[in-house]
Amino acid sequence: MEHTIPEKHYLNEATGWKSWLMTLDHKRIGILYMIMVMFSFFLAGVFALLIRWELLSPDKIFMGPEMYNQAFSLHGIIMIFLFIIPSIPAILGNFVMPLMIGAKDVAFPRLNLASWYIYVIGFCFAVYALFAGGIDTGWTFYTPYSSESTTAVIPILTAAFVLGFSSIFTGLNFIVTIHRLRAPGMTWFQLPLFVWAIYATALIQVLATPVLGITLALLMLERVVGIGIFDPAMGGDPVLFQHFFWFYSHPAVYIMILPGMGIISELIATFSHRRIFGYKFIAFSSLGIAFTGFLVWGHHMFVSGQSDLAAVIFSFLTFFVGIPSGIKILNWIATMYKGSISLDSPMLWALSFLILFSIGGFTGIVLGTLSIDVHLHDTYFVVSHFHYVMVGGTVMAIFGGLHYWWPKIWGRMYNETLARIAVVMIFVGFNVTFFVQFIMGTQGMPRRYATYLPQFQGMHGFSSIGALIMGVGFLLIAIYLIHAIFRGKPAGPNPWKSLTMEWETPSPPTAGNFEGQPVLEHGPYDYDKVIPENSLKPYKTL
Amino acid sequence: MSQTTEHPAHLQHHFSDVHQQAESAKLGMWIFLLTEVLLFGGLFCFYAIYRSWNPEMFHNAHAFLNVWMGATNTVVLIVSSLTMALAIRSMQLGKRKLTMWFLAGTVFLACVFMVIKYFEYSHKIHLGQLPGKWYFFEGIAGTNPHIFFSAYFLMTGLHGFHVLGGIAVITWLFIKTARGSFSPEYYTPIEMTGLYWHLVDLIWIFLFPLFYLIG
Repeated sequence: MEHTIPEKHYLNEATGWKSWLMTLDHKRIGILYMIMVMFSFFLAGVFALLIRWELLSPDKIFMGPEMYNQAFSLHGIIMIFLFIIPSIPAILGNFVMPLMIGAKDVAFPRLNLASWYIYVIGFCFAVYALFAGGIDTGWTFYTPYSSESTTAVIPILTAAFVLGFSSIFTGLNFIVTIHRLRAPGMTWFQLPLFVWAIYATALIQVLATPVLGITLALLMLERVVGIGIFDPAMGGDPVLFQHFFWFYSHPAVYIMILPGMGIISELIATFSHRRIFGYKFIAFSSLGIAFTGFLVWGHHMFVSGQSDLAAVIFSFLTFFVGIPSGIKILNWIATMYKGSISLDSPMLWALSFLILFSIGGFTGIVLGTLSIDVHLHDTYFVVSHFHYVMVGGTVMAIFGGLHYWWPKIWGRMYNETLARIAVVMIFVGFNVTFFVQFIMGTQGMPRRYATYLPQFQGMHGFSSIGALIMGVGFLLIAIYLIHAIFRGKPAGPNPWKSLTMEWETPSPPTAGNFEGQPVLEHGPYDYDKVIPENSLKPYKTL
Repeated sequence: MSQTTEHPAHLQHHFSDVHQQAESAKLGMWIFLLTEVLLFGGLFCFYAIYRSWNPEMFHNAHAFLNVWMGATNTVVLIVSSLTMALAIRSMQLGKRKLTMWFLAGTVFLACVFMVIKYFEYSHKIHLGQLPGKWYFFEGIAGTNPHIFFSAYFLMTGLHGFHVLGGIAVITWLFIKTARGSFSPEYYTPIEMTGLYWHLVDLIWIFLFPLFYLIG
């Protein structure tokens, strides 16, 4: 069946740059975020490639140790604060979540737009810092070094501080939206699991980010006035900074992964054409992760000089986080069992997620074990572990989500063959890059060094080749996705034959999302009751 | 939910009715207040930790704070919370003039608070009882007395910024009320600002005993 693009939709109902910069439409704000966040991803990716290039040889190729410190710091800071934390909630959460719950917009559209402008201000501070001396503290800003470093610490802290507000506003907006703007008939247990995941994420954003804000503010004051909280020279305690920092930054890890897990739930159900297995377990495990995530920050500090008792307790609690994550993985696999699986490109991303995130998760348990961590702390094993979770988890999920909702966002389909080639490239490239880093880590290769013993050169070289494969893969994705926006074939309202509510709107959706207030007629995963088609069906309205 | 055909001017298009809009605003405001509590929470942690490490220094340093000024300010803020609540009540009853009086009273009391704070601060600055590197006062026994004043200036300072923010918002409410933007059907901004103002008051109620009273 040939599909056409509807005459009027949110992309053309108003034109001109002003209609974009002043928009209150959650879909357009999602796209504004997409532009900024993906540019940050590109920027941080360039730093990653520079790092891997330098590490081709134990001797200096083009970066000395100072420049190398700057490169890995900027890679980390941009990836975390500008890309991965805002990525899924701000882009896909903004675009899809209100559609999924049958709402016309988020609860506070102006706050939503403000959050984007705040993000842009944070972005500008980060770029300014880049030119005003860079930053060499690593993304963790540990004291006392961060109170002494001569690089542009204050601008980069301001950037992270400002970005925090953007994150808080998004989270606050989403919580209220999910509480108050659900369509009639949509009970909590009729919510798509992506919405549950976004909800759990929003809770962490709201509860953890203010603590980061005050921590960074205190660190700035420590540098300017020497208030004496973190700097031992002024009577302060540097370990206290680590406590403050990880109280936010460990839950922040779940801000990064939870929405990814939400996407995976949607992908697995849609492409297995089967009711999701263990709906409530998946929903509550999101909240479980959000809650437990607040109790484990001390596992970053096993060798920092916290008390032995605290270390043992944190190690024990860390194992608990594994349980809800494990519940999710098993439920996804159970959903696929005897399902009718189609291996379209979004599903390939989801399968990559399952494999890579499992490796990342299991090595997390290894690192959470106190005695092993003392041996592996600050080695490439840690680097590899969190890249398996962050890239193998979140990045796989966001690209799965982008491929899944791309036809909804733009109304047009990308080239599926290229998409499959790309996902294989990323999967292979990723494993080539990072699997050897586990091995190097166990052999004692420490992280954050510009140079290394000659015995590691083979593995470092291998890792760098993987990074190059990934770089080319992402370039390929950018090309065919952007091409699809202009030249792709019209996709139709429901190309994947999914049952969640966003697919009941035309692609691209109209500016007000729905005509009238839609009423929920079937659950998001009722594949045993309803046979979805790629066509527009009139829905019941209030 | 009431089925009304009229569409009030203050109802935004994405809400189905006024009730939904007001409930959303309330929930959003409570979450915002929660983030405020957590923001101050970091500073309360700072206070608690350094107090437990340096109890004597904290005791010696706290004696230099003026209890009477602090107590006056406490009363001033509590009364301003009352006038704020009365402003909401007046608008519920549709008494626009009275609402304006109570809002003006709240702003006045907030300004009194800031003026007293100004005198306290300038005295401390004069003596050199200042945070961190700026500290040059001699006469407080114990290690690192500058940390006490770091905590004092940070916590009361951040609180002071919130009072200033409150003055700005309540002044804006005063203007809006004068223009007749609010009615017994729609007074959400006044109610939300009231919630905020009570939190600002409440934080001071914790700050006052922690710094001025316990030693």
